[in-house]
Amino acid sequence: MSQANRENATQAIDYSSKAHYLTKVFKSPFYSRQEPLNHLKEWGRWADYLSPAAYTSSAMEYFACRNACTVFDLTPMSKYRISGKDALPYLNRLVTREVGKIKPGRVGYSIWCDDNGQAIDDGTIFHLGENDYRLCSQERHLDWLLTNTIGFNVQVTEETHDVAALALQGPTSCTTLKNMGLEGVDNMKMFDIRQFSFEDTTLLVSRTGFTGDLGYELWIDPAHAGVLWDRLFEAGKLHGIQAMGDEALQMLRVEAGYIQCRHEFMPANATVRTSHTRSPFELGLGWLVDFNKPVFNGRRALLAQKKQGHRYNLVKLDIDGNKPACDSYVFTKNKKQIGTVTSATWSPSAKASIALASVEIPHGKPGEELLVEIYYQKELKWSRVMAKARVVKDVFYDPPRKRLTPPAKF
Amino acid sequence: MTDNRHTVIIGAGHNGLVCAAYLARAGRKVTVLEAAEQVGGAAITREFADGFKVSAGAHLLFMLDRNIRKELALDSAGLTFSQQNMNTTALAKDGNHLVIAGSALQGGNISDQDQQAMREHHRLMTRFAGVINQLNNRIPPRLGTRAFSDWVSLAKTALGIRMLGKDDMREFLRMAGINMYDILQETFENPLLKGALSMDGVMGSNLGPRSNNSVFCALHRLSGLQGTATPKGGMGVVSDTLARVAGQHGALIRTSAAVKRILMEGDRVSGVELEDGEMIAAGTVISNADPKTTFLRLLGARNLEAGFVRRISNIRMRGKVAKLHLALNDMPVFNGLNQSRLGDRLLIAPDMDYVEHAFNHSKYGEYSVKPVMEICIPSLNDPSLAPPGKHVLSAVVQYAPYDLKAGWSKHKSGFTDKVIDVLASYAPGIQTQIIHKELLTPVDIESEFRINGGHWHHGEMAMDQFMMLRPVPHAAQYASPVNGLFLCGAGSHPGGGVMGSAGRNAANAVLAAKHHEDHAS
Repeated sequence: MSQANRENATQAIDYSSKAHYLTKVFKSPFYSRQEPLNHLKEWGRWADYLSPAAYTSSAMEYFACRNACTVFDLTPMSKYRISGKDALPYLNRLVTREVGKIKPGRVGYSIWCDDNGQAIDDGTIFHLGENDYRLCSQERHLDWLLTNTIGFNVQVTEETHDVAALALQGPTSCTTLKNMGLEGVDNMKMFDIRQFSFEDTTLLVSRTGFTGDLGYELWIDPAHAGVLWDRLFEAGKLHGIQAMGDEALQMLRVEAGYIQCRHEFMPANATVRTSHTRSPFELGLGWLVDFNKPVFNGRRALLAQKKQGHRYNLVKLDIDGNKPACDSYVFTKNKKQIGTVTSATWSPSAKASIALASVEIPHGKPGEELLVEIYYQKELKWSRVMAKARVVKDVFYDPPRKRLTPPAKF
Repeated sequence: MTDNRHTVIIGAGHNGLVCAAYLARAGRKVTVLEAAEQVGGAAITREFADGFKVSAGAHLLFMLDRNIRKELALDSAGLTFSQQNMNTTALAKDGNHLVIAGSALQGGNISDQDQQAMREHHRLMTRFAGVINQLNNRIPPRLGTRAFSDWVSLAKTALGIRMLGKDDMREFLRMAGINMYDILQETFENPLLKGALSMDGVMGSNLGPRSNNSVFCALHRLSGLQGTATPKGGMGVVSDTLARVAGQHGALIRTSAAVKRILMEGDRVSGVELEDGEMIAAGTVISNADPKTTFLRLLGARNLEAGFVRRISNIRMRGKVAKLHLALNDMPVFNGLNQSRLGDRLLIAPDMDYVEHAFNHSKYGEYSVKPVMEICIPSLNDPSLAPPGKHVLSAVVQYAPYDLKAGWSKHKSGFTDKVIDVLASYAPGIQTQIIHKELLTPVDIESEFRINGGHWHHGEMAMDQFMMLRPVPHAAQYASPVNGLFLCGAGSHPGGGVMGSAGRNAANAVLAAKHHEDHAS
């Protein structure tokens, strides 16, 4: 390839070519719309894509999501199309839950493990049609998914770059979509999928999200990315629509108690030290493990773990004070170290310092009093506080509007 | 359909029969199902031309587990030999052949230095083979467990190596992982000797003398710690004897009963289905088939976890060995070879570079233009194999890759001609003696013996496919990840060769598992 062509390819990425080697990092198909809004010019990375950390202020973006609605670019998320006669048995062998319970037009959440019953990733399974599914996850898994095809009549295709996606989340999200002309979107229940004609293409909408609030995710071909963004912002203009970056999303998802790969657990197939992985039981996801299935990846090991007991509990901590307990050690009241904080934030909605933490068994029962060691810096001076923390049972923010159908008007 | 007291063994190869005999002896109700019309798998004697019989798979016996021979009383059950402690004769074009009798060398212009070096080399290789021998009869330990038995087994392995003493242990650790070429090059000068000895490291494998692991292969080959022999009546007699003993202990052996698939009920096996649709219930199924056939074809990948399936799929088991059978109307005559030596194990491997060149072709999907051969003429001491005055020649021929680029269907006869040309360069006139010829390529071996990839050993013999890594972790202790399903074939530790140890170890594992279940319930 000539130098001119190479530069051209880097400038205007042809996503259909999947020419990863031509560029170190992709710009999202929404880049032309994100770039002018990104006043801070704080671009982070999500896999091989540029992803805004924050556009203006993560606090403002957080409040926009809880009080109006926000748009978050989901395109970098891994998306795999799984189709063919054996799509269902294939998925049932891949993940721990019973996929047959996810009806067509519905989305299901699951986790999947290696043979040792250790989590590789979690994600959502979209049942798009007969023998046709989409699997979405944080990490890239093409190799593992292809390995899993041996013995199955199934096609697995990576469509990460072929589908542009936005999350529209917050109390005014439904109104915004209705304004945009999506007739009947208010009838969608949680985890429903519906197709709408939009411009001259099809817009796929699912009532899913990662914020713990009322919200939707929108899926479209990349050529229509720009027009979708424009129409959304037009429709949401009087409803406080804002673009949102990853920092705000982190606050939102910790409030909602959602786990994330490489925060709460390491992908087992990318972890060298076997004791550093986590099983579904150790992530509070035992309810996703269905031993009625005669075979699925990790079943044997998980069955043994169920009998012998697991090693860790994932807990939600309500911590005294207002300093986020990022990366803190967790201690018992007797100062015995029993675990670490995996994600922490100040929760503006709960008005509390909150965290997710992984602690050794038998610790982590709701109501248990623990200590977290927080280091913080003020004008270059470091301080340390041993803050009291309580293990709580419920998530920190769980508004009824998340589930209400049809959603209330805003 | 559950019949927990019934054990089915898939395949009446020698390992399956050994396993059946031990289990039946221990009181288990055992049925052995063999797809072919006769028992034996690749350890059979069969007719290949009118009145000519040959050991169609393995043709020399040098690894049969002595424990099995004793415990199952094979000798009194009818196992006799037409030849024992066979010498090796390395053929030379000029007729100055080299005879290798243990550590003694005759002919071939061998120097005193080589004579002396051979004694030390033989001593070392025999000692090292003794270490492997100790491993052969044990269920390999699992790694990463805290089980006491695993630690003991690992410790025994380490102790076996340490007991060699400081000097020999250092030499063992140096040699085991490297290649025959380097070892022989630094030890000997005579090219014919080096060529012949290098064959021990590459026979039946996907290796040349310069390939690492070839020393390990040679040690594995020597680990039977016994001389080379031919059973009277051919290799099939070993299998027939085992079948008779197993039958006497109460095992039911059915031939022409090909298993189509292994049945499951929930997460455990419940029996097998035969090709003709017959269902046989069993609480325990033991497969003498190779691991790929067992797991990917008979059980099905979808009944297994994906990481395990990947490992099974990646087992290296593409055969590179062909087998030549000739029916001769007279005794063959080799240039300068005394007739008394015709009963030896004859090698065509004039030097190590010849062997390496032969191997080179196979790396690129081509057959060797000048192949190496291990020849024997079993009819010389066993008249039952050929009509009076006539003879059978059996030869292992390397290298003939399973996945020949040009395809075997078109090129088998061309390769056969090449092989006979090479043979004729040592035994001129042999062409005119041939009444019938048969060449089994790895593809033929695959279909005749039902071995995926046509690899005799059900998988390369190599350090990364040995002990707790054979065939793969989580199936290396004979129990598979599927409850009630076990392996007992050459694909399991300690591997290929007519040895029987895999069958014996598997029987022990099955009996131990039963013991656990009894105590658990």
